[in-house]
Amino acid sequence: MELTLWTYEGPPHVGAMRIASSMKDVHYVLHAPQGDTYADLLFTMIERRGKRPPVTYTTFQARDLGGDTAELVKGHIREAVERFKPKTLLVGESCTAELIQDQPGSLAQGMDLKIPIVSLELPAYSKKENWGAAETFYQLVRGLLINQTKKNIEYNPTIWKDEGRRPKVNLLGPTLLGFRCRDDVLEIQKLLGAHGIDINVIAPLNASPEDILRLTSADLNICLYPEIAESVCSWLQRNYGIPFTKTVPIGVNATKDFLKEIYELLGMGNPISQTDVEPSKMPWYSKSVDSNYLTGKRVFIFGDGTHAIAAARIATEELGFKVVGLGTYSREMARPVRAAAKDLGLEALISNNYLEVEAAITESAPELVLGTQMERHSAKRLGIPCAVISTPIHVQDVPARYSPQMGWEGANVIFDDWVHPLMMGLEEHLIGMFRHDFEFVDGHQSHLGHQSIKQDLKSDLQSEKKLLDISNEQSANNEPVWTPEGKEELAKIPFFVRGKVRRNTEQYARQAGCRNIDSETLYDAKAHFHA
Amino acid sequence: MSGANLLKESGPREVFCGLTSIVWLHRRMPDAFFLVVGSRTCAHLIQSAAGVMIFAEPRFGTAILEEKDLAGLADAHEELDRVVKDLLARRPEIRTLFLVGSCPSEVIKLDLGRVAERLNEALIGQVRVLNYSGSGIETTFTQGEDGALKALVPLMPKSDDQQLLIVGTLANSVEDRFISIFKRLGIKQISSLPPRQSTDLPSIGSGTKVLLAQPYLTETAKALKHLGAEILSAPFPLGVEGSILWMKEATKSFGINDSLVNSTLEPLKLRAIKALQPYKEKLSGKKLFLLPESQLELPLARFLHRECGMELIEVGTPYLNREMMKMELELLPEGTRVMEGQHVDKQLDRVREYKPDLVVCGMGLANPLEAEGISTKWSIELVFSPIHGIDQAADLAELFARPLHRNELLNQKVLTTA
Repeated sequence: MELTLWTYEGPPHVGAMRIASSMKDVHYVLHAPQGDTYADLLFTMIERRGKRPPVTYTTFQARDLGGDTAELVKGHIREAVERFKPKTLLVGESCTAELIQDQPGSLAQGMDLKIPIVSLELPAYSKKENWGAAETFYQLVRGLLINQTKKNIEYNPTIWKDEGRRPKVNLLGPTLLGFRCRDDVLEIQKLLGAHGIDINVIAPLNASPEDILRLTSADLNICLYPEIAESVCSWLQRNYGIPFTKTVPIGVNATKDFLKEIYELLGMGNPISQTDVEPSKMPWYSKSVDSNYLTGKRVFIFGDGTHAIAAARIATEELGFKVVGLGTYSREMARPVRAAAKDLGLEALISNNYLEVEAAITESAPELVLGTQMERHSAKRLGIPCAVISTPIHVQDVPARYSPQMGWEGANVIFDDWVHPLMMGLEEHLIGMFRHDFEFVDGHQSHLGHQSIKQDLKSDLQSEKKLLDISNEQSANNEPVWTPEGKEELAKIPFFVRGKVRRNTEQYARQAGCRNIDSETLYDAKAHFHA
Repeated sequence: MSGANLLKESGPREVFCGLTSIVWLHRRMPDAFFLVVGSRTCAHLIQSAAGVMIFAEPRFGTAILEEKDLAGLADAHEELDRVVKDLLARRPEIRTLFLVGSCPSEVIKLDLGRVAERLNEALIGQVRVLNYSGSGIETTFTQGEDGALKALVPLMPKSDDQQLLIVGTLANSVEDRFISIFKRLGIKQISSLPPRQSTDLPSIGSGTKVLLAQPYLTETAKALKHLGAEILSAPFPLGVEGSILWMKEATKSFGINDSLVNSTLEPLKLRAIKALQPYKEKLSGKKLFLLPESQLELPLARFLHRECGMELIEVGTPYLNREMMKMELELLPEGTRVMEGQHVDKQLDRVREYKPDLVVCGMGLANPLEAEGISTKWSIELVFSPIHGIDQAADLAELFARPLHRNELLNQKVLTTA
């Protein structure tokens, strides 16, 4: 039993809903009790969909459990097929139905429905949403293609040349409730189009069962979101010999590597720049002098595996940040995230407990947090700027404007999204400096939540009070004590690094055996930690 | 009973389960914690409905059952003890812990009553542990509150003193307002269930007269009646008329003279009707379709028809307790279609057929209907907003007028040069 106050991922059947709702002509009969229909609002409210998810819930009640629930399931299946006329039917169960073991998938298969039935077994008590989405996509693709004759496993990367056509690829993995999938797909289509590569099928987003049947005529699979598509991609490779890309094109360097990988796999030689103009503004913006202050910014990264790893690379290679924490809530992605963290000299945080993540943020004292919407809230409480890089999705992550993460434009979006909160971080510092000036209007809105300066002052006073309290505590414990002059110096340090400086100075004072911390100790510590 | 046309339907339902009521119950009693014993689905449901992220740490959570808990119930009991111990160590300010049953805990027959009993002994003097079920197989949305309040009833101290007991969660401001009006009317002892502190329970006994503020408290009412209380039968305090009839039921049973009642309530009534007027103009003659969800549908339909002039196409309700809704049904116009239960697809077919001006529905259905050009009002807002009472009648009407008003704003042309 696991105490959970909030969870990054829903249950696996919500993952299945993401696949069903992303597609056309697919319907999902979900054996589930009343109440599980809440999941519809994820699509209709958060993603603002103007369509109900194509899901029929059996909504059984306690009184049904005494009777024939199997008949109830069959009734719902029959009605759903008649009413919605899907071309493929997914059948599965939620956590409660799993316990009563009606086996709705087998029931459906015994009903002579004349459409392909994909039976889903998604263990609700051990797996989560992303796994459920990946498994559903895999079962669906496998179920629809199973009768198709297998291609020659020997893969010929240049067959498109022999056939006198442009190479064509599948884009696999984009779904509803994914992070900016809607716009990533457009950006990648644009990118590949500029390199003379056609799109064969995009799936699951907006794909129909007929599209799934056409998957095998592609020369290459582009695995856009490994969390969702990797199992399908490797199955297609094993059974049809179609290779797939391993690079996720988020960031300028990753996009370049992505193109290089595609060129190699398709036998296209070396990618050449299409124009003399730099395709993304990120490299120049990052190099321009205004960005000098970004150097060595401490950044804490947490999210799904794909976006967290991509963020770590962009942060270090493209923006010159220092990554001080890296983690994911996705156990399936723990291995690559651990490897990435190791490269950065860190130990990865693999956790589904947001309080643990918040504690790790506090501990590493970053100047910027790149996380999920939950880390945005944690960072707000800690007074640290934050940008959101990953699901779980929130209404703010479905912006009206075009806002991809992938490709050249994605890099531009990322530059703006990550750097603006930081600029504001400096602005906060200026506000702190000037707030005692009489021209300053009380109630000036800060971007960090809707705190007024009055509250900022209050929390500042509180932290100053805490500092005093700490000093008293310290003297009782024979710990170094801040002198009033030391405290005054500490107060001059920007709020977002003050905690770190305080800890470092105290640590230094202990090591050096100082009883009192004055401004000199503070500067001694500063020099010590620079050295 | 009047001629409301009582119909029944069954099929796929689109309603919340009783766990959802934790969302307002935990705010009402800040010293209580609601621990759902369930699955990741339960945790995901509550966080999706409640906007949990704004809390540093919410006062509700889920003990998520894992495969090993399903394998042996003995272990599940031990595990739950451990989770509760950890939780209370983390939140020492908690005085009442509700163990809330869910669909999976009911299906595996995890006896939360026994767990509560055992934990009560272990935690005596520190925390009281109660249990109820919010499972979707047994409860719908607001029924969860019925379960929670019923669990509190046995702990209420016994007293046969004369008192008025208001039962059902109200917004604090609304509750204060009712209390001050009742005091003006000469009722001296007034208390509420649930109280604002879980440990501050009102007394119960033969002198207690109960006014139900919410229409979904069947089991709680039964339990209170069993302890000697008199349950007053009135329409629910939504709108001017409902609120006045509700308050008058109390004054009648306390033997308060009519002239005091009328002289106190008449000015309030006139003022409220005046405030209601602009919304009445907007809503009058408009067609209304209510889908089942909160159990407030009947009182709302009565208010929107009788005081705002709306035409009722269909009034859905998740379940119909005829005894509890007797007065409400009597006030509905002849032949009103009251649909108990749901077949959501068929119901949506009827929505499309009758083309109402406004549909009251859950969040899963609102945007899809809007996309079809049908204005909606989501029902969950009604359980979060202060809508009860005479002074709130205009606010309540405004909630329904707003979507219509918004449509007008978005369809108007103001700048002549454009």
